[in-house]
Amino acid sequence: MSSPATAGANAAPDLVARSVGKRFAAHVAVDDLSFSVARGSFFSILGPSGCGKTTLLRMIAGFIQPDAGDIAIGGRSMAGVAPNRRPVNMVFQQLALFPMMSVRQNVAFGLARRGVGRAERMRRADAMLERVSLGGAGGKRVDELSGGQRQRVAIARSLVLEPTLLLLDEPLGALDLKLREHMKIELKQLQAAFGTTFVYITHDQSEALVLSDHVGVMNRGRFEQLGTPQELYYSPATSFVAGFVGANNRLAGKAVAVNGSLVDVETADGWLIRARSHGAIAIGGKVEAFIRPEATTLGRAPGELPSGQQKHSGEVVSLLFDGANSAVLLKEQRSQFEFRIALPQTGAFADLQVGNHIHFSFDPEQAICFAAAGANA
Amino acid sequence: MLEAMPTSAWYRRLVLGLLLAPALLWLFALIVLPHFDLALLSFRERVAPREYVASLAQYRNFFHEPLYWHVFVRTAIISAIATALTLLIAFPIAWIIAKLARGRTSALLFVVCLIPFWVSETVRTLGWMILLRESGVLPHLLAYLGLTDQPVELLYHNATILVGLVYTSLLFMVVPLVGSLESLDNALIEAAYDLGGKGWAILREIIIPHAAPGITAGCIVVFMLTLGNYLTPTLLGGKNSQWFTEQIYTQFITRFNWEQGAAFGFLLLALSTAMVWLGLKLSGQRFSDVMRRT
Repeated sequence: MSSPATAGANAAPDLVARSVGKRFAAHVAVDDLSFSVARGSFFSILGPSGCGKTTLLRMIAGFIQPDAGDIAIGGRSMAGVAPNRRPVNMVFQQLALFPMMSVRQNVAFGLARRGVGRAERMRRADAMLERVSLGGAGGKRVDELSGGQRQRVAIARSLVLEPTLLLLDEPLGALDLKLREHMKIELKQLQAAFGTTFVYITHDQSEALVLSDHVGVMNRGRFEQLGTPQELYYSPATSFVAGFVGANNRLAGKAVAVNGSLVDVETADGWLIRARSHGAIAIGGKVEAFIRPEATTLGRAPGELPSGQQKHSGEVVSLLFDGANSAVLLKEQRSQFEFRIALPQTGAFADLQVGNHIHFSFDPEQAICFAAAGANA
Repeated sequence: MLEAMPTSAWYRRLVLGLLLAPALLWLFALIVLPHFDLALLSFRERVAPREYVASLAQYRNFFHEPLYWHVFVRTAIISAIATALTLLIAFPIAWIIAKLARGRTSALLFVVCLIPFWVSETVRTLGWMILLRESGVLPHLLAYLGLTDQPVELLYHNATILVGLVYTSLLFMVVPLVGSLESLDNALIEAAYDLGGKGWAILREIIIPHAAPGITAGCIVVFMLTLGNYLTPTLLGGKNSQWFTEQIYTQFITRFNWEQGAAFGFLLLALSTAMVWLGLKLSGQRFSDVMRRT
């Protein structure tokens, strides 16, 4: 198994953005952004709404011209190249299938525009529909298909043109939860089968983590961090990423002691914890610490907790049962801070009740502490 | 008392009937009844003063007299041309109102299309006459600019009739077009563009199929209005306008031949029905879908 990162090292990247910027009046939508996407990889741009990800995607597609910088696709600069001449196709948020055409005509539309003959384009459209498991649906009308089938038609319609890059604009947003989970897997399999480079934008961190080889976490027109899903999850570069990717307990406070890479943090309510520092942290400076719910060990007595770890305790205020994702909300004894802890899969705490007093601890290496930036506070 | 009200199907039908009564009465008294009488008129012939027999003579006259034929076909053709021109001119206007202009601008453009209709059709048409007659504004301007040696008569040409008809019909084409273009999702146009489509292909493959019911509705309305128009062809075309409604008017009023006039009226009705049917067949539209758009 070669990771996409190493694959990207020997193949030329399919998408390169150099200092791309775009502003609308006083609002900076995309701010001096540079990144590259390796050939054949699945790249996601993850961010809250209004972070500039749609603007970025529309600049790659060619619907918006950047104010600054350059976008190169397949090694060719796209400056002044119209959307219908770019080796890029897009799957729209609402799919935008043509209701006045059959499924086959939808898929053949792009081929017709390239001057492919009628018989040949019907053959290629049918072959493509076969590949997305819609073999018999060519003659159907678009509104006769289910949500998931329409999704596949939208992808087939783009992929039949063999684009260098396929852009996907939150295509799962309109689907219900169950179908969304299913389509996530299907998208990943389609991408692997076709080997086309996918650039996917979403505000759903779970979609980005499950699907992507690399994710750019976007906020206020910039990438907060660009890395593999694992890197984002286990070593977030900024407090925004720590808060946005995955569930996290966020503790704001000030640094009371710095001990090598470890910081002692005291919250406003007087809870003292120890965490690994990220970047320079000055004693007395405002900090934010993040602890994953699953990085915490639970115990009924202090003795059950790993030795050498700082021990905390609290009272259970609520049990959040969700199968494998079950968690418990508790109030830390001294500060009354609400803290979320994932319940172990062993079922050892299945009989936990609201009001129980319970002990917990975590490895300071797994807790991460950032100097609080004014903008992110 | 209220509880005692029967809510049966019979009762509901009665209420519906009462609510529709004024409309049905109007339809019956002003449309069906006169047409029934006209139909009777058209199928009789005067053999002596106050003496009539049933006959097809009025219809036979129409087919035997080349002038009637000529005027009939000419009216149909000019109406069709006027409808096509109106569509060509109204489409970009509707596109701007529906897709390019936003909010207030869009409303303002609509009002601009509506303003001419605040003036009566007679006054509007007389306005054209003031502009176009030999001693009018435009011929003088053309002469002043040296484009013509002397002021020329711009009235009483086929083109003049067309200008007047298109001008009168524009709003009735713009309204259904705006409706059908507004419902077109912009993402479809972007998607077509993204898949390599150019302007003409997108217009042909996406926009026109989507707007087809609106286009057909507009064309039907404009064609009917044009075919039945009397004032504009008569005033702008003068004595040579040879519009079929003018023939009907002549038969009824000048020649006092009501039988012939009634037959002409039915022929015109048959013509417009046939053309609408043909239009629906050619565009593959269903009448009910189209009427919902008007």
